[in-house]
Amino acid sequence: MIPAPFDYVRADSADAALAALGEHGDEAKLLAGGQSLLPLMKLRLAMPAVVVDVSRVAELSYVRADGDVLAIGAMTRHCDVARSADVATHAPLVAYAAGQVGDPQVRHRGTIGGSVAHSDPSADVPAALLAMGASYVVRGPGGTREVAAADFATGFLESVLAPDELLVEIRVPSARGEGWGYQKFTRRAIDWATVAVAVQARGGDTAVALANMGSTVVRAAATEAALANGAGAADAAQHADEGTEPSGDVTASAEFRRHLARVLTRRALAAAGSMNG
Amino acid sequence: MNVNVTVNGTAHSVDVEDRTLLVHLLRDYLDLTATNIGCDTTSCGACTVLLDGESVKSCTVLAASVDGQSVTTLEGLADGDRWHRVQEGFRTKHGLQCGFCTPGMVMAAVSLLEENPAPTAEEVRHGLEGNLCRCTGYHNIVAAVLEAAQGSVTR
Amino acid sequence: MAELAVDATCSRTVSILGTRVMRVEDPKFLTTGGVYVDDLRDPRLDGAGHVTYVRSVMAHARVTVDTAAAAAADGVLAVFTASDFADLAPPPPPLGFIPPALGRPWLANGVVRYVGEPIAAIVTESRYAGEDVAELVSVDYEPLPAVVDPRAAATDETLLFPDHGSNTALAFEAGSLDGLFDGSDVVVTQQITNQRVAPVPLEVRGTACVWEGDGDDARLTLWASTQSPHGARDQIATALSLPPERVHFIAPDVGGGFGAKFGVSIEDLLLALLSQRLGRPMRWTETRTENLLGMGHGRAQLQTVTMGGTRDGRITAYSLDVLQDSGAYPHFGAVLPFMTQLMATGTYDIERIAVRTKSVVTNTAPVVAYRGAGRPEATAAIERAVDLFAAEIGMDPAEVRRRNLFAKDAFPLTTQVGAAYDSGDYAGALDAVLAAAKYDELRAEQQRRRDAGDETLLGIGVSSYVEITAGPEAGTEFARINVKPDGSVVVYTGTSPHGQGHATSFAMLAADELGVPLEQITVVHGDTDLVARGGGTGGSRSLQLGGAAVHQGALETVDRARELAGDLFEAAVGDIVLDKARGGFHVAGSPDDVRSWSEVATSADAEHGLIVDTDFTAQGATFPFGAHVAVVEVDTETGKVTLRSMTTVDDAGPVINPVVVEGQRHGGIAQGVAQALFEEVRYDEDGNPQSTNLADYAFPSAAELPDFTLVDMATPSPLNPLGVKGIGEAGTIGATPAVQNAVVDAIAHLGVRHVEMPTTAERVWRAIQDAREGAK
Repeated sequence: MIPAPFDYVRADSADAALAALGEHGDEAKLLAGGQSLLPLMKLRLAMPAVVVDVSRVAELSYVRADGDVLAIGAMTRHCDVARSADVATHAPLVAYAAGQVGDPQVRHRGTIGGSVAHSDPSADVPAALLAMGASYVVRGPGGTREVAAADFATGFLESVLAPDELLVEIRVPSARGEGWGYQKFTRRAIDWATVAVAVQARGGDTAVALANMGSTVVRAAATEAALANGAGAADAAQHADEGTEPSGDVTASAEFRRHLARVLTRRALAAAGSMNG
Repeated sequence: MNVNVTVNGTAHSVDVEDRTLLVHLLRDYLDLTATNIGCDTTSCGACTVLLDGESVKSCTVLAASVDGQSVTTLEGLADGDRWHRVQEGFRTKHGLQCGFCTPGMVMAAVSLLEENPAPTAEEVRHGLEGNLCRCTGYHNIVAAVLEAAQGSVTR
Repeated sequence: MAELAVDATCSRTVSILGTRVMRVEDPKFLTTGGVYVDDLRDPRLDGAGHVTYVRSVMAHARVTVDTAAAAAADGVLAVFTASDFADLAPPPPPLGFIPPALGRPWLANGVVRYVGEPIAAIVTESRYAGEDVAELVSVDYEPLPAVVDPRAAATDETLLFPDHGSNTALAFEAGSLDGLFDGSDVVVTQQITNQRVAPVPLEVRGTACVWEGDGDDARLTLWASTQSPHGARDQIATALSLPPERVHFIAPDVGGGFGAKFGVSIEDLLLALLSQRLGRPMRWTETRTENLLGMGHGRAQLQTVTMGGTRDGRITAYSLDVLQDSGAYPHFGAVLPFMTQLMATGTYDIERIAVRTKSVVTNTAPVVAYRGAGRPEATAAIERAVDLFAAEIGMDPAEVRRRNLFAKDAFPLTTQVGAAYDSGDYAGALDAVLAAAKYDELRAEQQRRRDAGDETLLGIGVSSYVEITAGPEAGTEFARINVKPDGSVVVYTGTSPHGQGHATSFAMLAADELGVPLEQITVVHGDTDLVARGGGTGGSRSLQLGGAAVHQGALETVDRARELAGDLFEAAVGDIVLDKARGGFHVAGSPDDVRSWSEVATSADAEHGLIVDTDFTAQGATFPFGAHVAVVEVDTETGKVTLRSMTTVDDAGPVINPVVVEGQRHGGIAQGVAQALFEEVRYDEDGNPQSTNLADYAFPSAAELPDFTLVDMATPSPLNPLGVKGIGEAGTIGATPAVQNAVVDAIAHLGVRHVEMPTTAERVWRAIQDAREGAK
C-alpha cells in the first residue's frame, strides 16, 4: 500500500537531475508524473533507494513547432499535449493518444517523457510516437544523443536509457494535414489497451504501430510492407500480427490479440484513409 | 522532510517521511479525513483532490512533490455556507448513497466542469471514468454533474 | 365505490410518504465527509497498535512460520501466530449450519487453505510499519494439491479437511427427478457458470477497538465497518466468552457492504483479542488487495438447467442442479443454495420441479453473501433456460414467458418448491417493461440490421423475476420512538444503513404518523448501547421490518400520547384528536385548545420525554418482482459488447421515498449488469487469484454504463401494514439474466445458443467462431 522507504531528491532543473543521477547511479529512479512509477512502488514491485523528482522541472515542459519538427519537452503533461494547438496541428495522432491515457486525474500528472521512458508495451503515447517516427533526445554525463523511437524500447519496461541519463525532449516530424488513426481496444475505458493500433500516413507511406503485441511497442512491419507494395488496407491489415509475439493473460489470449490487431489495423487504416484530402 | 503546502487556503508546514503519499499527509497529518482511500492501484479515484485547481489522485502523488503548491479537498470546496454548485447538484439529484466515493467524485466533477463547462452526458461519463462507485450505478451522479453544469445553484 | 376509511382520531394532512424527499444524510457527506472507521479520531484510540497480516501466498500447503526477526524489529509490539491462541476454543462459526469440522482457525494452524488466509498478525506502533515488517516474517510452504474446481472438490480425491471426511459442507434438495421430463415434447439442457464475483464496497474492511475497565468490569468498545452491529456484537461476545452487554459495538459510517459485511470477520475477532492481550487500543484497515483476496466473494455456482415443455410454449418441467463453491471455510455462500432452491421456479407456474444442490469446499477464498445472495443465481438459471426453450421451439422469449407466468389472481400462492409468494403481477410487469422499452420496435431494428449485414448487431434480452426478501423465516425488528420534552423526536432503529437512506425514510414514516416535521426527527442506528436490539441491514429487510417497526412504534406513541393528552385535558382518550398539521392534540370539537407534542412528552417524563419501544414481527417473507429489458450492441468482429439501455420494472410495493428507491434500483442494476458483462474472480489451477486489485478486476465505471429507465409499479404486500417489500437487491437479480440473454440474442441467428458470463469480447468472438465452424 505504501512504498518501501527511499530518499527523496527534488531536481529543479535538468542539470540538477543529471547530477543526482550521477551521484546515485542505478539506485535512483526518476519520478516524473509518477502515474506509472508510484503504483509499482506502492505494490513494492519497484523499490528504488533514491527517487529523483523531476516533475517540477519547468524548463522541460513545452511544446514548440520548430519548422518541420514538433518539439515536446519531456515533462509536458498528457493533458497539455492533448489540448495543445501545436500538437493538434502537427501531430494530431499524438494529441489523441495523449487523451487516451488513463483518466483525467492521471493525465493531469503523467508526462510524455515519463510514459516514453517507462517503456510499457501497452502504452498509448509510445505507440503513437513510434508510428510518427519520433525521436527522443537524451542527455547524459557525456552529452546529448538522439534515439529513434524504433530503437528506444528494448524489452518490457526496458529501454536504452542508462541509469545516469535523462530524457529531455520528444521530437516529432510534422504530419500536418496527413491522415491518421488510433484504435484502442479495452475492457473498460480506463484499462490499458488490450491491443491498440496507431496509424500515421506520411506522403505516400503509412506507418503502423502496435501496443500490447509484444514486450515493446512494435511496428506492424508486414502490414507496412504490404501497403508499400500496393495492397489495399483490408488486405494489408491481415498481416498486422505477423512477426509479433503477443502474450496471453487474464484479459485476452494471444490468439485473440492477434485477431484484434488485424481488425483494429484495418479500422485505423480506414480512419486514416478517410481523413486524407 | 518538511513539506510546505497550502490546503483549503491554509498554509501548512508538515514533517513527513520521504515516502509519505499526499493522501496520507491530508488524512493522517492534517486530519482532513473526507478524502478516502479505496484501492491500491490508482483505480478508484476516492482520493481525488485538486492540486493547483486540477484533479489528481492523491494516493499517487508524493507529499514531497507538492511542496509550494495548493491543494483543495472536499472540506475546502464550499465557500463558508455557500456550497459549490457540484455539491448542490449531488444533493438535489441524490448522487450519493454510502458517501465513500463522494469526496473524490465531487472533486473530480469540479475539475471536469472547470475544463468543460457544458459537457454532454457521454463526456461526463468519460470524464469520471477514473472514479468508481458501487452504490449509485452512476445514473444520479451523471444527473448531478449535468445539473451543476447548467445551473448556478447556491445554498 | 370503495369506502374511504376515516380515522376520526387524526385530522387529515397530505402524507409525506411517496414524495421525493432529499436525504437528510447528504449535507454531511457533501461537506465534511462521512466518518468511516479509518477516519475515527476518538481519543480512546490514541496510542493504538496497528495490525498488519501476513497472508498465505499458496492455495493449499503445510506451513511453518518464523516470526523471530519480525518480533525483534523496531516499532513492533508483538507478532502473533496460531500457537498464541492454542488455549482458546476455536472461533465461533459464522452460521449455525456450518459443520464445526469445517471451521476456520484463529490464524492458519500448520496448514493454509486459500491464498490470502491470514498466517500471522503483526502489531506495530505506527500504521504502515507493519507492511515493512511483514517482509521479515518467514513462511515455509510445503505445497499440497490445490483443489480449485468445485467438480474436483466433489470427488473427494483431495480432502481439505480430512477430519470431515469429505469436501461437501451442505446439500439441499427439493422435488423428485423420477420421470420429470416424461411427456415433454422438447427438452433443453445447459451447463451454466454463475461466476464468482467480488462485492467490492468502496470502503474496505476496517476495525478499531479499546478495552476499558478491569476484570469483570472490563468492557470492549469496538467500531467496525459492518452491516449488523447487534449480530456482530453477539458473535464477538461469544468468541470472547463475555455476556453481550460487556461489548459495545458501533457501526460508524459504513462505505457499502452489499452483504459481505454482514457478521464479523476473523480479523474483527482477532483485533479484540489482541487488544485485550496487549492492553492497548487496536486498529486494523485492510488494503484493497486484501479485500479482494479475503473479504469473501459472491455467487460461484456451477449449474445445470434442464427444461421441458410443449411446442406451443408451455413449460412442463424444470430441474436445476447446483454445485456451490463455498471457498475454503464455508460461510454464507455454502448456505445460499437453499435460497436458490427456494426461488428456483421464479415467476413461472411449472408443474414439476426438482432441485439438487451441493456446497463443497475448495482452496479459494470463502464465498459470502453478495447482493441477492442465492436469488440472482436462481433467476439467472431459469431465465437462461427459458430463453433456450424459446429458441428451441422458435418462439419469442417474451411470449414464452407470458404463457407461463403465475396469474395475477393466483396470489397468495405456494410454489412447487415451497415458497409462499405474497403478491405479484408478473404479466403486468412484463407488459409494462416491454411497452416502455418499445420491444416490437427493437425487434424490428434488430431484424433490419441483420438483413443489412451490419457488423454491429442489436441484442435484446428479457428477464422476469421474483425474489424473496426479509426471509426465509418471518423477521422481526425493533424500534424506539422518543418524543423529547422539547417536542423533537429521536427514532432508534435496529437496522444499520450504509447508504440506504434510513435516516430519511424512517424519519418520513415517523413524521407521517406523528405530525412532527421531518427536520425535528433524528434517526439513531448502529450503536448497541443506544439501540436495544436489531437485525442489521441486509437481505432487503430494513423497510419492511425496520420501517414497519418505526411505523408501529409511531402509532403506539400516538396512542400513548393521546392517553397523556387525555390526562392533561381531563378528557376521555376517545375524545382526543391528534392534529398532525399543527403537531398537537386537542379535544374533539375544541380545536383551538391544543397541547403540543412537547407538552405531552414532558408530561410523560420531564427529563426524557415519551419513550415507546416496539418490536414488529412480519407475517412472512415478501416477494418483490419485476421484469427487465436489456439492449446491447455487439461488434461481431471484435466481440465487444456495449450496453445500450436497461429498462426495468422493479416492484417492491408502495414507495416511501422515490429518491431512495430509484437509487437502490440504479445501484442494483449496475451490479447485475457488471456480473453479466465485466466482473469475474478467477483462480488459476494452482489456486492463485488472477484479479487481486481493481486494475485487474473489471469493476465498471460510469463510462461502461448507460442511464437506466425505471418504470414504476407498486403491488402491495399483505404481510405488513405498509405493504412494502424490499427493493435493495431486486435490480441486481433482474439485470444479470436480461443482459446475458441480450448478448446471446444478438448472435443467436449465427447459431450461438449460450455465452458464459462475463460475456467478454473474447468469449463472444469465440462463440461466433465456434458457431460458424459448427455450421460448416
